[in-house]
Amino acid sequence: MKKTLTTLAAVAAIAVAGIAADASAKEWGKGSKIKIATEGAYAPWNFTDSAGKLVGFEVDLAADLCKRMEVECEVIQQAWEGIIPALQAGKYDVIMAGMSITEKRMEVISFSRAYAATPAVFVVTTGNKSAGFKTAVDALTLEEIDAAEKTALDAVVKEFKGKTIGVQISTTHENFLREYLGKDATIKTYDTQENLDLDLQAGRVDAALASASYWVPLLASDKGKGMVMVGPGMTGGPFGNGVGAGIRKEDKALNDMFTKAINASIADGTSKKLAVQWFGFDASAK
Amino acid sequence: MRFELFAEYFPALLAGIPMTLKLAGLSLFIGFFLAVVLAVLRTSGIRPLEAFVRSYVYVFRGTPLLVQIFLIYYGTGQFDFIKESFLWPVLREAYWCAIIALTLNTGAYTSEIIRGGIESVPWGQVEAAKACGMNVWLRFRRVVFPQAIRQALPGYGNEIILMVKSTSLASTVTLLEITGIARKIVSQTYAPLELFIMAGAIYLTIVFVITRAVDMLENRLSPDLMARRHVKNAAERDIASVH
Repeated sequence: MKKTLTTLAAVAAIAVAGIAADASAKEWGKGSKIKIATEGAYAPWNFTDSAGKLVGFEVDLAADLCKRMEVECEVIQQAWEGIIPALQAGKYDVIMAGMSITEKRMEVISFSRAYAATPAVFVVTTGNKSAGFKTAVDALTLEEIDAAEKTALDAVVKEFKGKTIGVQISTTHENFLREYLGKDATIKTYDTQENLDLDLQAGRVDAALASASYWVPLLASDKGKGMVMVGPGMTGGPFGNGVGAGIRKEDKALNDMFTKAINASIADGTSKKLAVQWFGFDASAK
Repeated sequence: MRFELFAEYFPALLAGIPMTLKLAGLSLFIGFFLAVVLAVLRTSGIRPLEAFVRSYVYVFRGTPLLVQIFLIYYGTGQFDFIKESFLWPVLREAYWCAIIALTLNTGAYTSEIIRGGIESVPWGQVEAAKACGMNVWLRFRRVVFPQAIRQALPGYGNEIILMVKSTSLASTVTLLEITGIARKIVSQTYAPLELFIMAGAIYLTIVFVITRAVDMLENRLSPDLMARRHVKNAAERDIASVH
């Protein structure tokens, strides 16, 4: 019995040591094997095609970046909710999932430079009272707000007062709603954007807030029939500073590799080409 | 482990208890009456009714509760004729969709528990009641049902506990009960371990209270069994004192 216990303890010690080694910084360089996680449910950023294969802007961009870094990449699917904890737990090394760079997230992980930047927009169904809602300014930056932008922001708050607004959970869009409409509107959170779309069409929510990069292709397709974008395109503030690759803080070398590769991809126009291909407009970072 | 999170978010999780209890309580309440009706029909000896109940139970026991919730919540929103009907004000609400799914589910399971109870009542007693001139309703009320419930209680206690835990699935359709709130806070703090430990502890506490309550009810409803247990213990004590 005692021997069994000792063996068990030894096995446990090895297991713990293994986990600990996994969580500490790895050596990164040419030929490294990198696991990249994406959500696979946020078209056209990342989604699964009819054959169940991961495709989308970020899948293609990841392939391009990995070629530039001369590393071996594997893109895997991970539910949005657990995507940051699982990165910290060492289940994979990089997140490329339409994730905006925000201060709150920077407290727990680091980001490469931004590879995309798109405004957030409200969408309602064409039958909704807000279907014709417009503000004087089309683009609203939530930093250093001027008088015209203040008027537009107030108009947004007034328009959705008392309404039910749907948003994907733990997104910058949810943060915006909690900050600006938390008191005035009912906020419903969804685990995936696709479930939110279903409820928007079913009429369970009056409006939905997400990235223009998501809405533009959706509204152009059959799935987006009867939906319309309203109000201004919003950036900055709670929406963060563009979309970047999420990387564990200790993996500084990996972060530098990604930032360098993204710079190169922007410089030779590859990321722009991919953005136009997937979004229908240039959503790449400058 | 970030211990400061326990104190910070525990009150927020406690705020989810009413929703969890409402979901479990209301669906168990309605589901129980549904189950009694189903169990009576199932043991009625009328073939078409028995077949109907059997297929109902088969469908609801044979499919995951999560699938049922999704079908009722997202499925109903797909049809315009439902959205235009009088049912929509109810089906529009995630709360009622969850209640409907949980009720239909527990109705199916509980009807089988009660059927077991009904069938455990010795046929001789029913015959005797008939001989005394009791009609069907009186027989059921005075002879069959009280004994059936007593037999079914341990199994039903299990079902109550399962239902309390099943309510966590309501978080998948935007309801903020204990699990829903925990998930929401996890998405803000990226600390799944701390939050789900707290959520688990709250469920444990609720289940503990339910277990005690069912035990007490069992003892109350079966005084004869209680007495026998005491006698047995007393006998064992006597034997022990001999040595």
